[in-house]
Amino acid sequence: MESRFRVLFLAIPLLALGLTGCASTKRLFGMGDDSAPPPAELPQGQVIEPEVERREIKEAKIDTEDFEIGLFAGIMSIEDFGSDLSYGLSLAYHVTEGFFVEGNYGRSEAGLTSFEILSGGAPLLSDDEREYTYYNLNLGYNILPSEAFIGEGRAFNSSLYLVGGLGSTRFAGDDRFTVNFGAGYRFLLTDSVAIRLDFRDYLYDINLLGEEKTTHNLTGTLGLTVFF
Amino acid sequence: MSERNTTTIHSTPRPISSLWLKVLVIFLLQAFTIGTAQAADQYRTVSVADPYLEMHTGPGRGYPKFNIVDRGETVEILKRRTDWFLVRGPDGKEGWVDRAQMEQTLQPGGQEIEFARANQQDFTNSRWELGLLAGDFGGANIVSLYGAYSFNPHVAVEVWGSQILGNFSNGWMGSVNVVHETWPDWRISPFFTLGTGVIRTSPKSTIVQGEDRTDQIAHVGAGFRIYATRRFILRAEYKSYVVFTSRDDNEEVEEWKAGFAFFF
Repeated sequence: MESRFRVLFLAIPLLALGLTGCASTKRLFGMGDDSAPPPAELPQGQVIEPEVERREIKEAKIDTEDFEIGLFAGIMSIEDFGSDLSYGLSLAYHVTEGFFVEGNYGRSEAGLTSFEILSGGAPLLSDDEREYTYYNLNLGYNILPSEAFIGEGRAFNSSLYLVGGLGSTRFAGDDRFTVNFGAGYRFLLTDSVAIRLDFRDYLYDINLLGEEKTTHNLTGTLGLTVFF
Repeated sequence: MSERNTTTIHSTPRPISSLWLKVLVIFLLQAFTIGTAQAADQYRTVSVADPYLEMHTGPGRGYPKFNIVDRGETVEILKRRTDWFLVRGPDGKEGWVDRAQMEQTLQPGGQEIEFARANQQDFTNSRWELGLLAGDFGGANIVSLYGAYSFNPHVAVEVWGSQILGNFSNGWMGSVNVVHETWPDWRISPFFTLGTGVIRTSPKSTIVQGEDRTDQIAHVGAGFRIYATRRFILRAEYKSYVVFTSRDDNEEVEEWKAGFAFFF
C-alpha cells in the first residue's frame, strides 16, 4: 500500500516535467519571464498612428445582483418526533437565468415521540440531543419562470424552481449525512426583494429506535430574500 | 513580483472590516430603500445602435417583450442580473434587455461596448474558484467545499473544508493543497495535487468505545476540471490520504469525489 503512495508521489513531478517539456518548466511555477512579443510594425505609408482606445464600460460600475440572501421560517416534521418550528438563513448565487447554487443553515427542535407521551417514562433524548440543526448545499433550476397578476394593473415576476443537494443534520447527538430535494416558488415583490415558499424533504439514516431506517423530514417554509 | 511603490501617500492601513461594512451598508440600503430613485448620474447611459432595443418584463428568455426603444435614443443601465440588464428608457419605463442586445449599443462618445461574459478563456485564466464536491471517503460519505486561488493558469492553491459522515464515526477535515494543471487551456483539463491538513474524527454516539482524535494528514491526487458553460465547471478527482496516527501504523484512505464549481 505504501509503495503505491510513493509511486503516485513520484509520478507527479515526473509527469509534469516529462509532458510539459523541459523548455516550458520555467512556466511551471510562473517564475520565468514571458518574453514580450515583438512590437507590430506600422503599415507602410501610415503617418498618423491612431490613438483611439476602445473603452469598455467598467463592469464594476454596473450594479450586478447575482446574490440572494434571506431568512426563512416554517414547519419541519421530524419523523417520529412531531412537527416543530424551523428557521434559518439562506444564501444563493445565480449563475445563469436558470441555474443557481445555494446554501442553507437551519434549526429546529424535536418534540416527543408518541411512545414517550403514552408511556410517560424516561425520555429517549436529552434536551441537548433534541436540538436539531442542519446545513445543505444545493443546486437549483428555475423550471417555470412566470408572471403573476394581482388585479388588473399589477404584474409580478415569479418562478417555480426545483432544488436538490447534500448536507448534514445534527440530531440525537450525531451528524448525519443528509440528502434533500424539493421545489419552491419565488415571488418578486420588486426587482430586488422576493418572497420564497419552499417545500423540501430531508432524508437521512437513523437507528435511534432500534433498527436503521431512512427518515423523511418534510418542511414547508416561507422566506424573505434580497438580491445584492 | 513587481516592486512596490514606497512613496505611497496614505500611510494609515485600510481597515480590514471596511469590505464587510460596505457589504452591510449595501445590504441595508437595498433592504430599506426599495423602489426609491437613486442619483441618476450613478447610472451608465448608452445609446441604441440597433434598429430597436427590446425590453422584457423579467430577466429571462421567456418573459414577454413589452416595450421597445428606437435607434438613437438613450437608455440608462440600472443593474445587471446574470446576462440580463435592467434599463430605463427615455419614457421612464424600465425593462430587462439581454446581453447580446446590450452589446449593440454605443457609449455617449460613439464607442462600442463590451460586456464581460464568462467563456472558456476565463476558465483558463480566472483567479478565484469556489466549488462543492461529494463522494466516498474510505467507505464514508464526504461533503466538501473548497476555494481556490490561481497564481497563473498552471498553479493554484486550494483550501478545503470537508465533513465526513460514516456509519461508525463522523469527522471534519481541513486541508491546503497545491494544484498543477498541465494543459489549462483544454476544455477537459487534468490536474495533479499535493497537500496537507488535519482530520478530526469522533465515533458515533451509538459506539461505546472510542474517543475523539485529531491527526495530521497528507495527500496526493489527480482529477479533471471540465468547463461546462458560462461560469460552471464540473470536477472529478481521486485522492490518496495518509493519516499520521499516534498508533503504530499510519492509516491510508482513498477518496473519490465529483461535483461542480464556478469561477469568478
